[in-house]
Amino acid sequence: MAADILLAASGIRKHFGGLAALSDVSISVRRGEIFGLIGPNGAGKTTLFNVLTGLSAPDAGSLVFDGQRIEGLKPHAVAGHGIARTFQNIRLFGSMTALENVMVGRHLRSHTGVLGAVLRTRAAVAEELAITRRARELLDYCGLAARADDFARDLPYGDQRRLEIARALATDPKLLALDEPAAGMNATETAVLKALLERIREDGITLLLIEHDMKLVMGLSHSVAVLDYGEKIAEGEPETVQRDPRVIEAYLGGGFV
Amino acid sequence: MNIAALFSDRRWRWFAWGAVALLLLALPFITEAVLGRSWVRIIAVSLLFVMLALGLNIVVGFAGLLDLGYIAFFAVGAYSYALLASPQFAVHWPFLLLLPLGAAIAAVFGILLGAPTLRLRGDYLAIVTLGFGEIIRVFLNNLNRPVNITNGPQGITLIDPLQMGGFSLAQTHSFAGLTFSPVHNYYFVFLVCAALTVALSLRLQNSRIGRAWVAIRDDELAASAMGINTRNVKLLAFAMGATFGGVAGGLFASFQGFISPESFQLIDSIMVLCMVVLGGMGNVAGVALGAVLLTALPEALRYIGPLQQRWFGGVLVDPADLRMLLFGLALVLMMLLRPEGLWPARRRHAVKRNTDGG
Ligand SMILES: Nc1ncnc2c1ncn2[C@@H]1O[C@H](COP(=O)(O)OP(=O)(O)OP(=O)(O)O)[C@@H](O)[C@H]1O
Ligand SMILES: [Mg+2]
Repeated sequence: MAADILLAASGIRKHFGGLAALSDVSISVRRGEIFGLIGPNGAGKTTLFNVLTGLSAPDAGSLVFDGQRIEGLKPHAVAGHGIARTFQNIRLFGSMTALENVMVGRHLRSHTGVLGAVLRTRAAVAEELAITRRARELLDYCGLAARADDFARDLPYGDQRRLEIARALATDPKLLALDEPAAGMNATETAVLKALLERIREDGITLLLIEHDMKLVMGLSHSVAVLDYGEKIAEGEPETVQRDPRVIEAYLGGGFV
Repeated sequence: MNIAALFSDRRWRWFAWGAVALLLLALPFITEAVLGRSWVRIIAVSLLFVMLALGLNIVVGFAGLLDLGYIAFFAVGAYSYALLASPQFAVHWPFLLLLPLGAAIAAVFGILLGAPTLRLRGDYLAIVTLGFGEIIRVFLNNLNRPVNITNGPQGITLIDPLQMGGFSLAQTHSFAGLTFSPVHNYYFVFLVCAALTVALSLRLQNSRIGRAWVAIRDDELAASAMGINTRNVKLLAFAMGATFGGVAGGLFASFQGFISPESFQLIDSIMVLCMVVLGGMGNVAGVALGAVLLTALPEALRYIGPLQQRWFGGVLVDPADLRMLLFGLALVLMMLLRPEGLWPARRRHAVKRNTDGG
């Protein structure tokens, strides 16, 4: 069922000095699913995201996304292929408003250059309008319509996390990679987030989800992979993975359930 | 209703801008009547600095790239004009060709500076750009041997004024009962150019490109993950900033009729940077205000010399020293009282984050 596979990472290795952050990790994410990536602190989850999105080059291994090799590409080129992400420690453009943050996400899918901007050509004006309209739609989609004109850094924590999602969606991704989107959220906010993620998937976007909230990730994911000390120790359906003795041991060993 | 609201209010807008335009048109004549012709020259020069400061504002204010060698682009523009419109090579190209050419050459130099510094930020970038500015100056100083190109420290003289057909800005003209001396003529040309620079800056700021600049300033890594080609966008900032500087340089050369490497020193780069920072980094109106104030302030402080004589009956401190002392004091006070600039940007600077992922 190779055609079903949107992302295939194989044999990914990444060392930091003597530390093996990732050793020969392979995952394959099917088109249209929610794929959960879990593991104790320091397991290498964020490192895998960084390799996947071009922020750091793998020492070995290949990445095939939607039929094309993407390992070693620059982050903006990876985004161009259709992978968008959020960050574990939120990285918004703090001095911009929420709306402008999402508008930046449209950069990739718009074309106005210096000449168009300076001359305000008809095409440039139309495009700017389209960017604004789409950005407002996405804010609304993520439940942030009322926050459009607030500065990103002044937003409450939960709103900042959802704004990162809105900004990522603005790049028209095929795969949305979320690094602990529920971190720091209370139960109500998490429930809202869960509904949002389900809706994003229903709208045809594949999700790759790092999450420590087991209830959330097991409830949402169709497949789950477990990393521990840079190695993949399990992969499969949530129910199977949860019962895997190695997984239980990894979590108990890490003082984590 | 405050003044800013007046400019955005639909009904009052035209009136408000009309009043500003009238004031700017009448300004050289009022200034000449009240303060004398030397001040007309000062306000004309201040308009050149508006162009320079707005150019540097693209690099430093929008894109967040600290450039301490910006005056080099002013120099490149000035020398491009001077070499091709003076007896130096006995060529006298028309200014309509030379100003865009100077801008283009400056832009190329902008990219030459930008390309090797793409990975640098903050202090490191500042040091490299500082070195770049000095290299350009040293070259201009020494390119008189073995082949004389720049005429070295003597500089280039007898540079053509802006002229077209038989009409030269270096002559006095009469029109509608008013006398336009050369400084008046240049004032109006500089006014048009400065106004264009303001308009270009505002349009760029509120565009896809301007947002990309601010995005890399706020968080370069997140910007790249959102699909912004940070290399191209940074080079574009350097090139655009240099373009403004190059045009200003050409105008400066034609206005002065004489240039030498001495006009393009590190202190001049720092002055322009002060205009950007003091005016309000990233805010076009604030930066323009900063440029005008910082051009006028040292000149105004020249009056301190005679005042000293009158108040204390003698010269206690060398007037030139006192002037710079007071200028420095004014800068320190302004920064203490308004750390974000006289007219800060709506968006304050984001807190710097480290650059690892995650
Ligand atoms: N740039 C780096 N340089 C050196 N070591 C790093 C670097 N980035 C990550 N590491 C190390 O690699 C290991 C994996 O880190 P990573 O951030 O991928 O873990 P994680 O699974 O995301 O953990 P958490 O759940 O805490 O976010 C950790 O031991 C971390 O200290
Ligand atoms: Mg992590």
